[in-house]
Amino acid sequence: MLHHGDHGTTPPAPAPPTAVTEPQRKDTATTHPLRTEEDLLTVRHAVRAAALNAGFGLVDQTRIVTAASELARNAYVHGGGGSIRLEIIQHSGRLGLRLSVSDQGPGIADLDAAFIDGYTTGAGLGHGLGGARRLMDEFHVRTTPGSGTTITAVRWASDT
Amino acid sequence: MVLSEPEARLHVLAALREQPEKIADRWVQLQFEQAVLGGGLTEAELREEADVLVGALRSGLENEQSAHRVVATQRVLHQAIVDFSLRRARGGSTPTVTSLAVLSLKEALLEAVQQYARDSAALYSAALLVNRLLDAAGALSFETYVEGREEIIQRQSRQLLEVSTPVVRLWDKVLAVPLIGTLDTARTQVVMENLLHAIQRHEAQVAIIDITGVPTVDTAVAHHLMQTVNAVRLMGADCLISGIRPPIAQTIAQLGIDLSPILTRATLADALAAAMALIDREAPGSGSAAIR
Amino acid sequence: MSAPAGAGVPILRLGDVLVTGLLSELDDKAAVALTEELTQRVASERVRGVLIDISRLELIDSFVARALMELTTSARLLGARVVVCGMRPAVAITLVELGLALTGVETALNAERGMTALGWSRGHLPQEGAGDAPPR
Repeated sequence: MLHHGDHGTTPPAPAPPTAVTEPQRKDTATTHPLRTEEDLLTVRHAVRAAALNAGFGLVDQTRIVTAASELARNAYVHGGGGSIRLEIIQHSGRLGLRLSVSDQGPGIADLDAAFIDGYTTGAGLGHGLGGARRLMDEFHVRTTPGSGTTITAVRWASDT
Repeated sequence: MVLSEPEARLHVLAALREQPEKIADRWVQLQFEQAVLGGGLTEAELREEADVLVGALRSGLENEQSAHRVVATQRVLHQAIVDFSLRRARGGSTPTVTSLAVLSLKEALLEAVQQYARDSAALYSAALLVNRLLDAAGALSFETYVEGREEIIQRQSRQLLEVSTPVVRLWDKVLAVPLIGTLDTARTQVVMENLLHAIQRHEAQVAIIDITGVPTVDTAVAHHLMQTVNAVRLMGADCLISGIRPPIAQTIAQLGIDLSPILTRATLADALAAAMALIDREAPGSGSAAIR
Repeated sequence: MSAPAGAGVPILRLGDVLVTGLLSELDDKAAVALTEELTQRVASERVRGVLIDISRLELIDSFVARALMELTTSARLLGARVVVCGMRPAVAITLVELGLALTGVETALNAERGMTALGWSRGHLPQEGAGDAPPR
């Protein structure tokens, strides 16, 4: 066996300036608390900024912020508070925005019923969950009775 | 006797460090020879692309990962290969041509490595390493190529959607959308967006959706029509649907679809007359014409 | 915040119509406060119309939608009509996709058309509140 003791510890030489193609992708994820009513407003601003950053047009931004508002309020009102994570993601050259809203509340006992418009256990029109799903391209709910709910939703940017 | 990967890696790295220009030149030359050029790329562009990839290969290999994981984990290299493949996908190259281009980089690289390997065993090990490295690059390139084509198809279908849903101004404050083809979710979104912005821009009071060119109305299409009508109403304008042919009227009746909240007319001309009546009625001071 | 009982937006009275406009965003508390203040004033001032300009409002979710629908219903019970005007295209599209058509809420493209719908007309402004027969 040959040993090249210093090879492994040699720090990689910086690439020559012309070869730098590292894209300045904004695939940073941020997490925001949903503990107070003011948080709901702060989250809308953060979601709007992230959607703008991912290149969404005005109508899509409005869809995403509205869906986020519904989900955030659900977590705040029914889940006793929680958090929302925002991520810009990429697939097949398309950018998307992923919202993950988690709470440690009682969970959703009847998930099918929760998607039906008009079903509500609190304030609002009961369009929250089903409505938010219609505004997003992908929608997943993971809920455990007694220990909380996590909803993940994605909207993909249409290229223009 | 096969040498260890670190040993072979040193040989390949030496070639990449000391002769990047030569490797890049040779690769461009090979691509020319094999006529595997990406559509519309000039020699200068190819050369620039080759420089970037050779540089990225070098910095990628300088990390310690085993050769077959380098492409997956080194971001600069990964991105360079993705860019390379997307450029070809967009330029209209075939997938074969694209993967051949990656494979010819192997040849260019091995030729350079030859000078650094002392014997055939060393060269063999270096060749194995280059294979592991660039096979992963080839696989990524193919995958990216396919995704790139999908992206183009999506963009084209969206563009088609845009041009196939014009909003025309029929009269002062009256807009019309002649729909041709079916009305699915994606199309509905485009129609709504175009129509609502036009209503805002022209301060329109009535929008007419003409469905003469819609072959069938099922519950899904009816739902999408309702959505559009509701959105127009939320903007503060009235919405009419025209061009309901007798067989479509029958289908709607048979399916039990309730379009009664929507004002409908048989022809676009009838709808325009109804629209004028609506405007007259809403304009203060003029004689109000009863419609419906 | 120590904003007055209402939503922090002015509510003007023009003849027998209350006119107000919303800012770019409306939180849940403000939506409830505005609904309450408007309902109270409809009752105490016996107006017959309420015009709400929402041309700057960037978002209507199910909570705000519910507030607007409830306001419309209570105003109707008190003998007044509510007209919501100036909704942005993006907001309208999102609302119908959300499944909310604001059934029962009257709409107008802009404030002028909204006032017309409430019985005001151009050139009618100087002669305060005279003339037009109430629409219903």
